[in-house]
Amino acid sequence: MLKVNEQTVPYQEGTKVIDLVHSFKPGADLFILNGYPVSPDTVVADGDICCLVKYGETPTAEEMASLLVARHTPGVHEIVKKATVGIMGLGGLGSVVAGGLARIGVGKLILADFDVVEPSNLNRQQYSISQIGMRKTKALKENLLLMNPYIVIETVDGRLTEESIPAIFRSVDVLAECFDNPAMKAAALRAVLTFMIGTGYVGASGLAGYGDNNIIKTKKIHDHVYIIGDETSAAGPGHGLMAPRVGIAAHHQANQILRILLRKINTD
Amino acid sequence: MKITCNGETKEIPSNTTLVSFITDMNLNPDTVVAECDSRIIKRAEYDTLILSDGNVLELIRFVGGG
Repeated sequence: MLKVNEQTVPYQEGTKVIDLVHSFKPGADLFILNGYPVSPDTVVADGDICCLVKYGETPTAEEMASLLVARHTPGVHEIVKKATVGIMGLGGLGSVVAGGLARIGVGKLILADFDVVEPSNLNRQQYSISQIGMRKTKALKENLLLMNPYIVIETVDGRLTEESIPAIFRSVDVLAECFDNPAMKAAALRAVLTFMIGTGYVGASGLAGYGDNNIIKTKKIHDHVYIIGDETSAAGPGHGLMAPRVGIAAHHQANQILRILLRKINTD
Repeated sequence: MKITCNGETKEIPSNTTLVSFITDMNLNPDTVVAECDSRIIKRAEYDTLILSDGNVLELIRFVGGG
């Protein structure tokens, strides 16, 4: 059997991708076989998953899922799509973490921020000029749904507090701390270590400037609780936050969140 | 009086509060998570908690930026 755009069809020896195009998606521009683009002359094998895409058309939920399954394996996709991740703060860390998780198909994201997009954010945060003045929750949701329209996104507008965090994020599998303010970073960790034992947690501290890449580390501080950064590079005058290094830390966070979801946790 | 802070032994005067210990390390207490003998200390307790001989303290300090 073959899977063509989520339909199961009988396998016939010698079938080429172009034959499937004629039968199932005339006019297709892009031919994906088992997650990778191929030429239309490629001969398919029994069990192959083929996704035929026409430029400008949004893939259906099933087609999108099959593309993710082919790239990530079915087992990983199943876990990731059932997961809920909370993201506190949607700046240079949070907007990047959210993009990484949306793209791999994390099923539900809860996005929290009190602020609006400002011109000074654009040196590192995943917003565009046209979004200046928009609430970050709304702007990011809009951007994430362009990357993956089939995930669920909840938004929380307003300032989080040490007291409100456990209730707002009680349903999450993992919580990402992406605040700018160091007092809120401490407050959030305290809230989780006190009231959310067992919830995964990935925070960040020390990522400003353009210092050494490799001193940004992922450090385990408790079971399922990690802090990422170089621990010392604070944002300040002459030592600003910049997309490349903030992005390194953010992607450490996103990958650690994925590892927690998949229970392949660092033991060091 | 001796305590252990982040794995290092420190000599401190008796009646030292947690907040003064943190401040003496040139840290802002609002940006520090403190665990004393495996108990997470509430921020409101930093001012009143008096460190005792043999306490094992873990301080996690945060810097700004996100």
